[in-house]
Amino acid sequence: MIDAEGVIKSFGPRTILRGIDIRVETGETLVIIGGSGCGKSTFLKCVIGLHHPDEGKIVVDGIEVAKLKTEAEIADYRRRFGYLFQEGALFDSMTVWENITFGLRYLTDIPTGKYRKIASDCLALVGLKDVEDFKPSELSGGMKKRVALARAIAAQPSYILYDEPTTGLDPIMTDVIADLILDLQTKLKVTAIAVTHDMKAAYKVATRIAMFHEGKVLQVAHPEIIKISDNPFVRQFVDGKSEGPIKMKLKEFEADGASNAHPAKAS
Amino acid sequence: MSGGPVAALGRAVLVAAEETGQFTFLVRSTFGWMTSSRIEWRQTLIQIVRVGVESLPVTAMTAFFTGMVLALQTGSSSKHFFNEPLFVGTVVSFALVMELAPVMTAIVVAGRAGAAIAAELGTMKVTEQIDALYTLGTDPIRYLVIPRFIAFMVVLPFLTVASDFTGIWGGYLVAHAKYQIPATVYWHDIVNNMEIRHFVHGFLKTFVFAAVISLVSCFKGVTTRGGAEGVGKATTAAVVISMVLILILDYFVTAVLNAFGIT
Repeated sequence: MIDAEGVIKSFGPRTILRGIDIRVETGETLVIIGGSGCGKSTFLKCVIGLHHPDEGKIVVDGIEVAKLKTEAEIADYRRRFGYLFQEGALFDSMTVWENITFGLRYLTDIPTGKYRKIASDCLALVGLKDVEDFKPSELSGGMKKRVALARAIAAQPSYILYDEPTTGLDPIMTDVIADLILDLQTKLKVTAIAVTHDMKAAYKVATRIAMFHEGKVLQVAHPEIIKISDNPFVRQFVDGKSEGPIKMKLKEFEADGASNAHPAKAS
Repeated sequence: MSGGPVAALGRAVLVAAEETGQFTFLVRSTFGWMTSSRIEWRQTLIQIVRVGVESLPVTAMTAFFTGMVLALQTGSSSKHFFNEPLFVGTVVSFALVMELAPVMTAIVVAGRAGAAIAAELGTMKVTEQIDALYTLGTDPIRYLVIPRFIAFMVVLPFLTVASDFTGIWGGYLVAHAKYQIPATVYWHDIVNNMEIRHFVHGFLKTFVFAAVISLVSCFKGVTTRGGAEGVGKATTAAVVISMVLILILDYFVTAVLNAFGIT
């Protein structure tokens, strides 16, 4: 179980998370939605310990990550997680199988002789085969995502954190990756947090959906409830409308009510 | 950004203070991890090959021509003043072993290997590969910085010694071909006047330069921000800061070594 209480995180003068309270129950897949810059990815990075909250705490299985001190404690904490990065973050200098098994050396006691077999098994789980000796630069965007997913599950984590798993993929590949996430949830019985903009994928994989806005949680509910939410912010986001309470200006520098006239016609 | 020159100065001071703090943290973590954790020997070996073996041809060539030009200048000057080329071997060897070989080798290596490190680590940073290292159970300092630091500490002294020899040989070539100085005289000048402490003087400097290049390049790499442009800026900054620090620290290290009588 992941339990976040009053998490506040700032970078310099910019406060990204303004008091996040959320609980992720064991076995569920919580999908976090929200506009760009609302703090979704920052929250994921706080959960795994890449960032530490300025205030509040995140407790996973009774362990508060910010309080871990020794190398062994930190390794034990990280062993619980698989993390899928937005762009995959595969190591360019290594082959696919070296990428997948990279974490095993640090997170497990599995003998190195078994690594190759584990890499093939993980690749099979994400629907790939015979790509073990390729370099990441030789793979397509969808294949990179799958390899990154295989790397995230290689050490058999209890939790998987997906940072925008479908961004940058075509609609069919988006659906394939969503199916794959669902499939992994069923087969591996992991608890997951997925951050996404993609409502179709969100409805498909989520047990519950949480809407973030300006560093706060607006609503957490079952996907069917989110679909008919009467919260105007949630409504606007799930319907993908530019009109509504969430202000995303056409031009960042545009003042409210300013003229949209073309410069050539302005004079 | 708003404000006048005072605000701009304030921001610059803040940035400098922040970077100094981050750099200090990196240095402290590097030494902390080195003493408390397993060293990544495979990565260290890869870096030794990259920094050392691949830099050797260019550092040796630089030293060879430096030795040649030193002999040419010394021979020409002493011929002008004394009507014959005197102490060419002595001047070439002292200048090379105590100053030019350590400094030139460090500068060439900073331009070649330091830039490569900053670009590689910078690219890893902006593509989240450094964060990925963390999530996969290792620490970027342990996996990336320490192997490069050790590689530089091992390799730069060796490269400098190689530069000492190739430079002195380059000097001999010119002394013999241009000024007809016999081999016995050239080598006699060197062996008779040079003592082990002169060699140690130049050799000790290389460890300071190795630490500067490796730590500055790694620091600039792992703190890269802002995509391809950020990687370019980090690479340039790594090389420029390393080179300037090498030249500045050379003076102070020389002063300290002199104070200890290693001169």
